[in-house]
Amino acid sequence: MLELRGVSYRYAGYATTVLHEVDLRLDDGQIVGLVGPNEAGKSTLCLVASGLAPASIGGSLTGTLTLDGTPAQGLSTHQLAERVVVGFQNPNTQRSGIAATVFEEIALGPMNLGLAVAETVARTREAIARLKLEHLVLRDPQRLSGGQAQLVGIASLLAMRPRHVILDEPTAQLDPAGTRLVGEALRALAETGTSLLIAEHKTDLLDGLCSRIVAIDGGRIALDGPTAEVFDDPRLAALGVEPPARARLGRLLASHGIAAAVLAGAVVDSAR
Amino acid sequence: MIGGYLGPLAIIGFAILPAAVIAGVAGRLVRISLLLTLPIAISVVLVSVFTRAGSHILFSLGPFDATAEGVDFAGQTLVRLFAISTSIGLFGLTTEPRSFVLDLERRGLSPRFAFVALATLEAVPAMVERAGVIASAQRARGLDTEGSVRARLRGILPLVGPVILSSLTEVEERSLALEVRAFGRPGRRHLLFRIPDSRTQLVVRAALLLALVVAVVTRVTGTFPSLP
Repeated sequence: MLELRGVSYRYAGYATTVLHEVDLRLDDGQIVGLVGPNEAGKSTLCLVASGLAPASIGGSLTGTLTLDGTPAQGLSTHQLAERVVVGFQNPNTQRSGIAATVFEEIALGPMNLGLAVAETVARTREAIARLKLEHLVLRDPQRLSGGQAQLVGIASLLAMRPRHVILDEPTAQLDPAGTRLVGEALRALAETGTSLLIAEHKTDLLDGLCSRIVAIDGGRIALDGPTAEVFDDPRLAALGVEPPARARLGRLLASHGIAAAVLAGAVVDSAR
Repeated sequence: MIGGYLGPLAIIGFAILPAAVIAGVAGRLVRISLLLTLPIAISVVLVSVFTRAGSHILFSLGPFDATAEGVDFAGQTLVRLFAISTSIGLFGLTTEPRSFVLDLERRGLSPRFAFVALATLEAVPAMVERAGVIASAQRARGLDTEGSVRARLRGILPLVGPVILSSLTEVEERSLALEVRAFGRPGRRHLLFRIPDSRTQLVVRAALLLALVVAVVTRVTGTFPSLP
């Protein structure tokens, strides 16, 4: 379990507090979606939940982050990395810059953990298979498209087999097929007990993936609840977050006097 | 006779060039080495020939006398410089830097040092590529980078800031991404593969090490002559 309690955070050298009294809990195997307008504090929350802020980038933090019951304060960055990993939105900066092939790039994390070669190779192959990257293993990581680089970046994190995964816009550069692939891989990862926090603008992805949605605005949690409940909440649009197609269609039908249950029935019929 | 001209020329002729021919890089090696040596060679020739005191004056140029001793000194310095540049060039042309650094790590070099060495080597082409992208973006917005030297210099200035700033930002994000992957963890890593190391390479390395010891000893004992 990853838990933030009463967390406020301010970047080093800045007077403004970016996060205010944030409470957030990720249970084992749970996938939580994080939504909010630009500059709401999503990326900062990702950094704080991963422990990198302030452990690596400095800044001032009040409140507590606990990882499986252990306070994160005082843990070094490599100790944090053994528990929680975070993926950033720019895939070009996710590359190590020292690997000659995609295979070596994905294997870098397990290697750094000091694992035996056989274990490193097994984890790397598993991550490659999850994201269907077999055709890229011998490619130069610097010569990938944005979408491919994003998939390799996510695979590099999965190969660490962390207990908690935090992803900041993991599908920003992916096409619909790549987005679905990432969704399937993350769902499979959650089934192994890993908890996930995913900051995303693609609410359709989150709608089918997450059990809970947290909406953040101005560094404060504005909405927090079951996925359908938050996405159907009319306050979401006021935050600048576009609800998923299902919620928008449901609202449109409701405005014409058609019950959402009819839509659900139609979906079931079309699935048959 | 080992020093002076004969020693460096023997090293070039009997060790470096044959190795370069076997590796198929002789032409490139000579070109690169000449280019590397040329700027220093010009200053060495000018300084040595015209300022070295000597009794045999070849010709005079204003207040400066070109002496035979100066020409001899410049010649000996140049062959030594060429021996150094060809040996470094041969290493660069025949050794894949990544394999070299990883093999050093396998032999005990710190992973951090290995990363710094590799990242530095990788940073240059990445920076050149980024500069190209930024230049294209600036040109699309009307920046003129063609024409006279002055116009080109004026065009380069607006590129310097974005290239440096974006490189710095990327360094920060990349260091975070590496920390996420436990790069800071102390202790040895089990590398995925070994760089092939044949018996011949082992013998050559041992011979080179022995030659180094002999060179140092002869130099210290005065057997190996220094420059005149």
